[in-house]
Amino acid sequence: MSRYDAMFRRGGNAGVFGAFVMLGDPDLVTCAAILDQLVEGGADMIEVGIPFSDPIADGPVIQAAAVRALANGTTPADCFALLAGFRARHPDVPVGILTYANLVLARGRDDFYQRAAAAGVDSVLVADVPLLEAGPYAAAARAQGIEPVLIAAANTPAHRLAEIARLGGGYTYCVARAGVTGTDQQARFDHQEMLDALREAGAPPSVFGFGIARPEQVRAALAAGAAGVISGSAIVERVARGEDVTAFVREMKAATL
Amino acid sequence: MRLSGRFGAYGGAYVPEILVPALEQLEAAFLDAQEDPAFHVELEELLTKYAGRPTPLTRCRNLGADRARIYLKREDLLHGGAHKTNQVLAQALLAKRMGRTRLIAETGAGQHGVATALAGALFGLETRIYMGAHDVARQQLNVFRMRLMGAEVIPVTSGGQGLKDAINEALRDWTASFADTHYLLGTVAGPHPFPLMVRDFQRVIGREARAQILAEEGRLPDAVVACVGGGSNAIGLFTDFVADEGVRLVGVEAAGKGLDGPEHGATLQRGRPGVLHGAETYILQDQDGQISESWSVSAGLDYPAVGPEHAFLKDSGRASYVGATDAEALDAFAALARTEGIICAFESAHAVAHALKLADEHEVILVGLSGRGDKDMEQARRLLALPE
Repeated sequence: MSRYDAMFRRGGNAGVFGAFVMLGDPDLVTCAAILDQLVEGGADMIEVGIPFSDPIADGPVIQAAAVRALANGTTPADCFALLAGFRARHPDVPVGILTYANLVLARGRDDFYQRAAAAGVDSVLVADVPLLEAGPYAAAARAQGIEPVLIAAANTPAHRLAEIARLGGGYTYCVARAGVTGTDQQARFDHQEMLDALREAGAPPSVFGFGIARPEQVRAALAAGAAGVISGSAIVERVARGEDVTAFVREMKAATL
Repeated sequence: MRLSGRFGAYGGAYVPEILVPALEQLEAAFLDAQEDPAFHVELEELLTKYAGRPTPLTRCRNLGADRARIYLKREDLLHGGAHKTNQVLAQALLAKRMGRTRLIAETGAGQHGVATALAGALFGLETRIYMGAHDVARQQLNVFRMRLMGAEVIPVTSGGQGLKDAINEALRDWTASFADTHYLLGTVAGPHPFPLMVRDFQRVIGREARAQILAEEGRLPDAVVACVGGGSNAIGLFTDFVADEGVRLVGVEAAGKGLDGPEHGATLQRGRPGVLHGAETYILQDQDGQISESWSVSAGLDYPAVGPEHAFLKDSGRASYVGATDAEALDAFAALARTEGIICAFESAHAVAHALKLADEHEVILVGLSGRGDKDMEQARRLLALPE
């Protein structure tokens, strides 16, 4: 059974809480400790960014994290090493990479997924690869035992949601609102049609992301029928301020129970 | 999507899923408009009575005249000061057809921003232009022109603060605003349908030029030369010559401070395939896939990617791509002013510079003079030490 399947099964009726950080932010050593804090706080799954120079799906907070990581010299090779270390310490926690197509292609698509698999990664979501372009990425991922996570949005038509259900793996990343990542705009969870369509099509469990920064949003997302939530910018903001993230993760996780 | 959006292996639509419906709607509006005579009538009227088409074809009386006959396709005389206006008017009509009330655009040198601002004013559309803060500083006159026509200009301070960063910011805006906003992308780059659509709206340059040079010379040119940043003026000029096998097509990229160092914008010569700004194409990047900062004296050629059709034309061998350095472009800029009384944009000067190199091999050379040089006067005054 995949780590995602085991996680969703373990949770029973509780929702899953996914915590996102940018690898190499503020530096590789501190980042390794932060990943452990996320688990300690109760995060069910870890989502990590590999910093890219031109992240068009990200708002100011995660852009700034990528700038910090790149400024201290973080490379994809460093990121895979960091993840391999995390995997050795936490054998059961699912880990997903969120990144951009050009990093996946730089040394060849197969090479990227091979290195991800070797580091113990469970899934890869490529923010600028929509379903239309996802075929070769999903095939290359699956060939290495990596789940290709796809994004669904409220404006994604039903026929495409069915395709996302068929092609995607791990979980389905449902964007809770339009726009880029960030905490400044409120997430919305009135996406019943999308959730129903995904469920009917047998899609991997729906997890909401984008704009999720407070416990009441976690409860609202789960009440709307999501299997879980991912919080990114709210955690990255705390990393930027040098705060311990354990307490925040604990508070968000508590809202899933 | 109704079309593949591919030029060989290049192109595609690499955008967040949430933007895909907006691109589909745009593709549908574009294809429907292509079939609608009323759209063409309105666009034709705008291009002739508002923008000043057809633009002239000028034979250089002096420049290189001892070696070849060099013709300039005078997009510098188009309303707005560059070829950008051609496709901006067409996209603005599409925005109206789609019921959009707001335009956003990126700009490098400011020419596309100016063209978008004039269309926004003409059609009563709220207009916001994203422009790298570095470009805002070096193209102050164009910033003022945009604001004068009612556009809001947002300096972008991320990355290298240039055209690449302005496109990032415009794409981010669009992921939140697509319901009421049209992203009026300024070149043949970006996700499908932009490369195809912008090419079709810029083809008028080559269609006119081909007929004009046949009328002048009774034959086709030996070479057609245009500068390439994103590549819209070059594609616009090349397209109607692609089937003319004897005509050499040459795109001139910014060689900046030299192709041996990192300070240039020669994507097709020094880049390799990847994905940036929605398209698979040649990109200046490091071994890990991080995008490199480009350099050119001309903001409009200072871009680390290129339209995907140029990537295809390069690989297929139908077009070749060369570089002109900052210094060569400045020399050509000054020479054109001195010998022909024409002050062209720094971008266009790259094409002129290469045409002069070709003048020994070819008899008849057609050059795309994509824009006028008013915007570059401050920089030119600083860079060219003229005698008192």
